[in-house]
Amino acid sequence: MTTLEFRNVTKRYKVRGAGDMLALDDVSFSLESGQTIALVGQSGSGKSTIAKILTQLERATTGEVLLDGKPIPHRGPGLRRYRQRVRMVFQDPFASLNPYHTIRHHLERPLRLDKVVPKDQVESEVMALLERVRLDPSATVDRRPHELSGGQRQRVAIARALASRPELLIADEPVSMLDVSIRLGVLNLLADLQRESNLGVLYITHDLATARHFSDRIMVLHHGVVVERGDADGVILDPQHEYTRALRDASPDPDRHFAGPAGTASLRS
Amino acid sequence: MTSDTLLTVSGFSVTYDVDPPVEAVRDVSLELRRGEILGLAGESGCGKTTLAYGIQRLLKPPAVITGGHTVFHDESGSDVDINALTPEQLRAFRWDKVSMVFQGAMNALNPVTRIGDQLEDVFTTHRPSMGKAERRDECARLLDIVGVGRDRVKSYPHELSGGMRQRVMIAMAMALRPQLMIMDEPTTALDVLVQRGILRQISELREELGFSVIFITHDLPLLLEISDRIAVMKDGRIVEIDTAERIYRDAQHEYTRRLLSSFPSLTGDRGGFVRGDDARVASGARKEVAR
Repeated sequence: MTTLEFRNVTKRYKVRGAGDMLALDDVSFSLESGQTIALVGQSGSGKSTIAKILTQLERATTGEVLLDGKPIPHRGPGLRRYRQRVRMVFQDPFASLNPYHTIRHHLERPLRLDKVVPKDQVESEVMALLERVRLDPSATVDRRPHELSGGQRQRVAIARALASRPELLIADEPVSMLDVSIRLGVLNLLADLQRESNLGVLYITHDLATARHFSDRIMVLHHGVVVERGDADGVILDPQHEYTRALRDASPDPDRHFAGPAGTASLRS
Repeated sequence: MTSDTLLTVSGFSVTYDVDPPVEAVRDVSLELRRGEILGLAGESGCGKTTLAYGIQRLLKPPAVITGGHTVFHDESGSDVDINALTPEQLRAFRWDKVSMVFQGAMNALNPVTRIGDQLEDVFTTHRPSMGKAERRDECARLLDIVGVGRDRVKSYPHELSGGMRQRVMIAMAMALRPQLMIMDEPTTALDVLVQRGILRQISELREELGFSVIFITHDLPLLLEISDRIAVMKDGRIVEIDTAERIYRDAQHEYTRRLLSSFPSLTGDRGGFVRGDDARVASGARKEVAR
């Protein structure tokens, strides 16, 4: 069981000429293996700042990030080991893969750098990873990113994140750049992988509908403050905070729209 | 007395003349009513943007219109065959009768020109008889209407948020009171609260000014809420066109049902989304209206 804990984290950015900008204000939560937490909120609410601190691309101004009760290292081999255990999947599969390199290269690198398997097993591990993300290994491994569709690329990005056998996965809007018909396929894949490997997943999104169905719990972030948290259905179906209600009511929901009496155009304006 | 129909598209086809040629739009026919919001749904590459560009002749080579007509039934009672317009007529026709809010419109503004000046350009070009003071008044009024506010007339695009820039683009598209506005993914890059504000505004302005809208997006739940009718496109063809409610309750085409099921519902069932130990439901088998 792995536990990642955010304890009273505050993050201030210095803004030239405008003093400090408080991006996160005393945020606490913990993520355990086997659990999926969705982090929702509108642009600028601080979602990505949390992801950056979790991956140590940024440091918290005050507060602590603990992995299994120990503060996470800020540099050196300790940080490298931490990043092996806590991996990130980025939003844009067109930007997160290197166009010059083959898929094999993308997957071999973490395997070699983190010495996940002995050298003579790297090749078979690459193939196994592609298999795990439901790609045809032999048809994919020697291709370059531009030869793959957006959904295939995101599967490669997920395979790369899994290569180091992480315990926790931070997925920042992993499907928002993908075509609608394949979004669910990728989310279903993440859900399957999560169960197979008992991964903990932090799912960062502004899409409340997938947040509800994909996660166990939802945290709602507004101006750097967690304004509501709870089990996924509860937060969406019976929101307590006014901001959560505003977010929910602004999200398209044909079921609610057409649920009214026959004349349904009433909700339109 | 003008007819109820604003635009008649018949047998419209567009091919991208590359090797091998791509038939992007195939034999599309549809009628758009006056004051109607028509949603155009479909995935990347289905031809929805090509169709929208094609009917106002905005395509450039290698795209070729290989067949069909688009007839615009002007409120003056005269019919305009858009395909037959001379370049000069076309220039006068566009924006005056049909305007467009482009995909990624937030980035469509000129970054080094004040938004007021960019709005004024529309009048300088299309209403040359207008005086400077009148133009300025009109620009200020437009910015008020879309909720940006006239005090931003001297702002540069980078001084506005994404949502505000989008509203400026809508103001620009409304400037000449066109009878049809074509909106290509106008809210896709915006977060839900901003998106909702803009959609509400489009609806209200439509009620007030009576223009028609062709609204292009892949976001089917959104279209279901805002459209009167929805056309679903796949491989260059319209596979289904019906009222939003009938598309929602009783979609006829298998592809429409599959598209619907790929959006888990916010408050209803989960569509094709499967989690945990649930049995995998066949996609497309979307349950009858949830709740």
